[in-house]
Amino acid sequence: MLETIALWLFGIGLAFDVLGCIGLVRLPDVYNRAQASTKCVTLGTTMILVATGLFGVGGNWPLFIKSILCAVFLLMTAPVGAHAICRSAYVSGVKLADVSVEDAFTQRARTIRAEHRQRAEEIERNLREVEKSEEAEA
Amino acid sequence: MSPTFLEVAMYVLIFSSLLCLDRIGRGPTAPDRAISIDTLGTIMIGFCCIMALWPTPTDSPSASPFMDYYMTIAIAWAIISFIGSLALAKYLEGRCYDA
Repeated sequence: MLETIALWLFGIGLAFDVLGCIGLVRLPDVYNRAQASTKCVTLGTTMILVATGLFGVGGNWPLFIKSILCAVFLLMTAPVGAHAICRSAYVSGVKLADVSVEDAFTQRARTIRAEHRQRAEEIERNLREVEKSEEAEA
Repeated sequence: MSPTFLEVAMYVLIFSSLLCLDRIGRGPTAPDRAISIDTLGTIMIGFCCIMALWPTPTDSPSASPFMDYYMTIAIAWAIISFIGSLALAKYLEGRCYDA
């Protein structure tokens, strides 16, 4: 019974992995690709991990514990990483695909870019002051 | 777990990682490549699961039926992949490149 459930989970997880990767190749821009690949592949790999854990139930508990630990960690971290990459992509100016209909992040991205520019100017000013003081010493 | 099923699963995951490699190769922007590398890392955890379930040769009596140290590798891989993608995101932010 448990083995049947594990085999089904394994198979469905593999299907999710392949579909996510096909989405990674076929979709038009970074954000769509990130959406497809991250959601599908994270869920698929989590299912594979849970199936692996079910094979360890009764007799091989370390396998079970490690798999569940890895699954929980993956579920928590993979979306965070993809979100960070997408945010940095938007802030650094990667455009949306032409078929997109709505873009709600424009204003916030403009603010973030302004903050970046301000920080860069500050650093430049500090550098110039240091250069001036060095020249004065010389 | 029958070895045939594991072999088929291995081929399926190899196919998906080839798709990821395709996107890494011709992704038009750097974030595309970063996303694909992240996805490839997640698929590698699936490979580790398959290897953990792979039947071991039974001629030695003390051998465990599973190679479950591969799950330790999977946990370490998950942690390193997460830190790597966060570092890539921080590195890419604020750089302007053409789309």
